[in-house]
Order: sequence, then structure tokens, then C-alpha cells
Amino acid sequence: MSKHTLSILVENKHGVLARVAALISRRGFNIDSLAVGPTEHPEISRMTIAVSVDEQPLEQITKQLNKLVNVIKIVELEPTQTVQRELVLVKVKADTLTRGQVLETVQLFRAKVVDVAPDAITIEATGNPDKLEAMMRVLEPFGVRELVQSGMVAIGRGGRSISDRSLRPVPVPPPHVASGAPALQARPAGQSAPTPGGPAATQSHPVPAPPPGTRPAAPARHG
Amino acid sequence: MSEQLTGAQALIRALEHAGVDTVFGIPGGAILPAYDPMLDSTQIRHILVRHEQGAGHAAQGYASTTGKVGVCMATSGPGATNLVTPIADAYMDSVPMVAITGQVASASIGTDAFQEADIRGITMPITKHNFLVNDPNDIASTIAEAFHIASTGRPGPVLVDVTKDAMQATVDFQWPTELSLPGYRPVTRPHPKQVREAARLIAAAEKPVLYVGGGVIRAKASAELKELAELLGIPVVTTLMARGALPDTHELHFGMPGMHGSVSAVGALQRSDLLIALGARFDDRVTGKLSSFAPDAKVIHADIDPAEIGKNRHADVPIVGDCKEVIGDLIGALKTEIAGNGKTPDYSAWRGLLDSVKAKYPVGYDEPEDGSLSPQYVIQRIGQIAGPDAIYTSGVGQHQMWAAHYLPFEKPLNWLNSGGLGTMGYSVPAAMGAKVARPDATVWAIDGDGCFQMTNQELVTCALEGIPIKVAVINNQSLGMVRQWQTLFYDKRYSNTDLHSARIPDFAKLAEAMGGVGLRCSDRESVDATIEKAMAVTDAPVVVDFVVHRDAMVWPMVAAGTSNDDIQIARDMAPNWDSEEL
Repeated sequence: MSKHTLSILVENKHGVLARVAALISRRGFNIDSLAVGPTEHPEISRMTIAVSVDEQPLEQITKQLNKLVNVIKIVELEPTQTVQRELVLVKVKADTLTRGQVLETVQLFRAKVVDVAPDAITIEATGNPDKLEAMMRVLEPFGVRELVQSGMVAIGRGGRSISDRSLRPVPVPPPHVASGAPALQARPAGQSAPTPGGPAATQSHPVPAPPPGTRPAAPARHG
Repeated sequence: MSEQLTGAQALIRALEHAGVDTVFGIPGGAILPAYDPMLDSTQIRHILVRHEQGAGHAAQGYASTTGKVGVCMATSGPGATNLVTPIADAYMDSVPMVAITGQVASASIGTDAFQEADIRGITMPITKHNFLVNDPNDIASTIAEAFHIASTGRPGPVLVDVTKDAMQATVDFQWPTELSLPGYRPVTRPHPKQVREAARLIAAAEKPVLYVGGGVIRAKASAELKELAELLGIPVVTTLMARGALPDTHELHFGMPGMHGSVSAVGALQRSDLLIALGARFDDRVTGKLSSFAPDAKVIHADIDPAEIGKNRHADVPIVGDCKEVIGDLIGALKTEIAGNGKTPDYSAWRGLLDSVKAKYPVGYDEPEDGSLSPQYVIQRIGQIAGPDAIYTSGVGQHQMWAAHYLPFEKPLNWLNSGGLGTMGYSVPAAMGAKVARPDATVWAIDGDGCFQMTNQELVTCALEGIPIKVAVINNQSLGMVRQWQTLFYDKRYSNTDLHSARIPDFAKLAEAMGGVGLRCSDRESVDATIEKAMAVTDAPVVVDFVVHRDAMVWPMVAAGTSNDDIQIARDMAPNWDSEEL
């Protein structure tokens, strides 16, 4: 089994997260990580899903996801062509004796301290999964009190955008209706009416963006 | 064009705009507002069923025999959950259906209100798509979208859950002029390159088989299929869902493949060097043990649903598209291919082999030794007397398999059954829906005594609404298919399969009590007369209780989990493959 990262553009509608998560689960796959949030187009949300599967089941998962009416587009992001980030907040035991060593680790990994107490330090770190794993290995001996981690978000390198209007799907052809009724015409994609916000219209769980001071773990390549 | 309507009026108006003429349903608290304007509709006939499951299967029957979208309606909570089985059935068998359910007022959602159930959440895995509408302004556009989604691409069920307050609010009704479905774009037109590649493989094959599934029926591509088969003389097998896609009497037809398929159909697939799968999905009931299914065959797989291609079996040439267009294009590409090669492929040796298998191992049955009535004979006679123009529905089990073998399948859209989900109780309400859709056709429900006891209350609906269907209860006093497995695999330990239905209930009396005509037949000599008597009744539903031999078994059979090569034509009797030199 190998790890795959899927970027999924979905309509920003009620219940879409449940549809995607439930489909992956009922087809017998496990999600390693999932993140969802708004995009530059208010009517579109973007999910980043990391799964561990073989090629053949991955194809089946992608095809099944594509059948969901609210799913607009699915792209598999190649790790080498992609910037991947996770955010971790970790509360590490640190008293006067160990605080210096913990702070040194924070600096080494270009993380930052967001809270200090007499017996603990809370660290915020951003990076790709490998970097965060490495940091955690160093921090663990001090004693991890509490850990919370975001799902991974990922974006392709270079100038292209998967949500480019030119890449949006074509409109649906008009359906058959009873004679006498006006013919339906597809609305061009991207001009969909905004979803009415009901009391339960809170399906998206935005992933916190890395704080402005965080520098990337690796320099961005041009390509 | 806009006018002030209540949400409920808008809902009914939208259904009218979508072309609906029949709704099967039952009112209740949350859907109540919709039933008031229903009374005023001159276009929509509402048929008041006796159980929501009946409404769902009736909508399936209506849809499956016409290709139009079937519509059922129910209230929130238990009304909606009673629709779950037919919705799941429609999902498995790709039946275009729209289910409308009432939902508690939007302010009450999530409070465990009276008759509240999250039917949208419940039906997510068994619908093509579903909607919760709590804004009255969305009612018309949602109905338009629901009908579009249900009827295009791979057909399927769509559920629209409408809150009570949305139906009670006032709205400026506007039938949409455009649809907002950016993520929905079914591909119907096959890729020319793939079609050419398929034609090349067919021309190079020696033992091709057209493996035809229900997609050909849904696409109404029977004429194209016949032309394709006859163009080069390619043998055809039709799955349970595709019976009637090519006439059974056609010389290129080699029967139904699968767990209870004919030896010639199963053998054709197993010995083939090229499967041309059209609207079929390599279901486990067809393939048997997947690793030994058609081991030497390359696969051309055409389906409108890309997710079916490569799901169970690798496709050498995948083709995404509507079967009607795929087959049409394939005929053209084959003609070009043949003209280019300068020679027509000759499959006559292959056909000769299959002909000899078909002649040596015809589908047949032995009469019971104790002189009791054989169920196969009853079904065969019904088919011969009612003929290929009648519509046949069936439940699930032994009678379904016998019906699939012994009824006269000459035309598409005349055979309705629950293939994927295997829903006992499907046949009576489906027959009701089919009769409403095609009132001039004779409709026979071939049912079992187990199945019949699950949904027979719809006979009341049929009696009151003037829907004269005919039901043959193939009464072997047991859950026959389960009993057959207990005979074969559980050492004849008949745990809970004896229904005692020779005595209780009295099916004929039950039919009379429900406003129908009840008949009973238990000997071979009176079978024809009884069927004729049932055929003569045209103003009421008829139930014939055919009391049959209880130990009759369905043969041939490929035991679950074994290879198709291990097919048995009767108990402990396998075809002699070696002598066939296949």
C-alpha cells in the first residue's frame, strides 16, 4: 500500500463532507487525514484527503467519489510536485531545568512558542508530515502533555490552478421535460446560486492557515 | 412566468412540470401540506398504497417497464424509513425514481421531534443523490434537478426531503430555466478511439461473446444489440437483468449466465477468448469465483458508469458511454474494420460448439416422482398462455430463477425483478406499478409463498384503484431457495424455512378478502384451465395459489464461492466439459 493525496473540489453545500467521508468508509478504505476549507471561489470548497491504498482500489475510490453529484473535480497530487503542510499544536512538559532544551528544539524546527506555563510550553509547528514527525521524536522524551494536529493541506507547485475556470466542468445538457413546460438549460459552472444558509449549514471546517511568521521548511521550487 | 403559491403547491406544480402523471404514496403529518394541492391536480393521479414499501416498488415497476421516472411519496420518520428498501433496490438495479418525503419543520430538525428521522442521512449510501429542502424557493429547482439526475447517466433513485414549514410558506413559483449541477456530467458518447480498439479486438477474436446486462434494457438498445450480434454472428448471453434484450428464440441467444444460469451461457463465458460486456457489471452471481471467471478472455467493457469498469474484472478496452450509442458506434467501427481487413471473421466453429452444448444440456426439469405439481411447469404454462407481450414481475428465490428460465422473453421492458438487492416482496407492488404504466398489458406477478406474504396488502390497492394484476403464488410451503441450500449444504437441517402455507394462510380466501379473485390449483391437469380462468378476469386482481412440490430445486447451479467451471446440471451431475472439446 502506498500513500496518496487527493485534492477534491466540492460544491460548498450542506452535507458534502458527510457524503465524501461516508463513501470512503463504506467502500472499505481508511482516511489517514482529511482537511476541508473554502477556496478562492465562495461556492467551492476544497478537501485534501490522504489515504493509504494500492493503485487499483485508489482508482475505484476516485471513480466512486466522482459519482457524487456535489464533487466537481478530483486531482491526485504527486508528492514531488506538491507543497504539503500540516499544523501541530503540542504541549510539552518544561520546567526550569528542561525549558532551554525544549526551546532549542523549537528553534531547530522553525516552530514557535505560543504559550508558556511554569511546567509546560505549547508549541506551534507547521511543515510537511516528515518534518513534524521528526520534531515529535525529539520532543517526546520531554513528555508530551497534549497534542492536536490538523489534517494535511496540499497545493501543486507552479502557476497552474486546479480550480481554474478553464478547468471547470462543462455544463449539463438540458433534460427532458413534459411538453409545454419550458426547456431547462444548464447554468454555466461557477455561476451557481449561493446555497441558502440554513441553521445547519456549517459543513466546512476551515483549517487554520499557517501563522504569518512561519517559514516554509523547504524553499519553494520554481516549476 | 411567476405566481404566488404555497411551497406545497409549488411542489405539486413542479412535479407536473417534470411530467409526472402518477404518484404512489401515503400521506402523514409532515407531508400533509403537499396532499392538499394534490387533490386539485388534474395531471397527477395519486395512488394510495397500503405500505410505503409498496409505493416504492410500484414506482420501480412503473419506471422499469416504461423508462420514465417513477415517483413515490411518504411522510417523515416511519413513512420515509419504509421507503428505504425500495430505494436501495432501485439503486442496485439502476431504476430511475424520485422519492418525495415530508420532513419535520426546519426549526425542529435535530430535536428528536415526533416522526423525525434523518432520511437524507439514512439514504445517502443508497441514492444516486438526495436533497433536504428547507427553503421554499428551492422546491421547484430541486425537483427539476432530482428528475434530471434520476433519469440521465446511469439511472437511479433520488430522494427529496422537504420540511413542513417550507411547504407552508408562500413562494414566488418559478420553474427553472437552468440547472446548477457543476459536478454532474454523465458521459453518454463513447470515445471513438476506444470503439475502434474494441472493433479491432472483436475482428481478431475467435470465441467472442456478447455479455449483455441490464444497461442494454435501460438504454433501450435492443434493436442495436440484435444488429450487432447478427452482423458477425456473435453469441449472446443475457443476464437476469437483461432478459428480453435479445429474444430467447434467437439462434444467437445462449441463455442466462450465472449461479443458476444455463450450461451453454456459463460455458460460453468460461470458454470465451473475448467478453464484450455491455451494460453489465460482473456481479458475483454471474462470475462465481472471480479468479476463475472466463480465464482466457480479454474484456471489452462498455458501461455508462465509469466506476463499474475495472471494478471486479480488468477491462482491456474500457468504453464509457450509453449502450445505445456504444453499440451503434461499434457496428459502424466493425464495418470499417472488416472493410479494411478485407475479410469477415468467422465464428461458426465457436457457435457450433455452443450449439452442441445447448442441445446436450438444455434447461429442463424432472417431474416430481410423487405426482405433485411441478413449479417449473406452472411457470412455463403461464408464459405460454399469457405470451411474450405480457409483463412479468417476480419476487426473489426459486420461483424467480424458474421464471427467468421458463418465461418467454422476446421483448425488452417486459421482465421486472429485483436482481441486485434481492428484495423478497418486490413482485406484487411492482406489478401494480407496471399495470398502471401500461394498462393495456397483461401483468403477471410470479411470486413465492414467502415473498407474497411480505407485500400482498397492495392487492387492496389494486382492487380499489382498478388495477387488475394477476398473481401466481408458487406455493411450496417454504422459503424454497433457503431450503434448497439447507438440503445441499446444511445436511437437510431445515431451520426456520417451513412456512406451513399449504394451510395458513388460505391464499385464495385472502385474495377474496382483499377484493380480488382467489383461485387454487394443485394438479397438473387443471393448470391450463386455472390460468385461462385467471386470464378471463379483467376487472379485479386475481391470485392463483399453485400448490407445488416442495422439494423441487433450481438447476443448473454454481455453488456460492466456487468456479463457474464447477456448474452442476443436477445434484452431483456436472457437464462433461472434456468431451465437448471446448
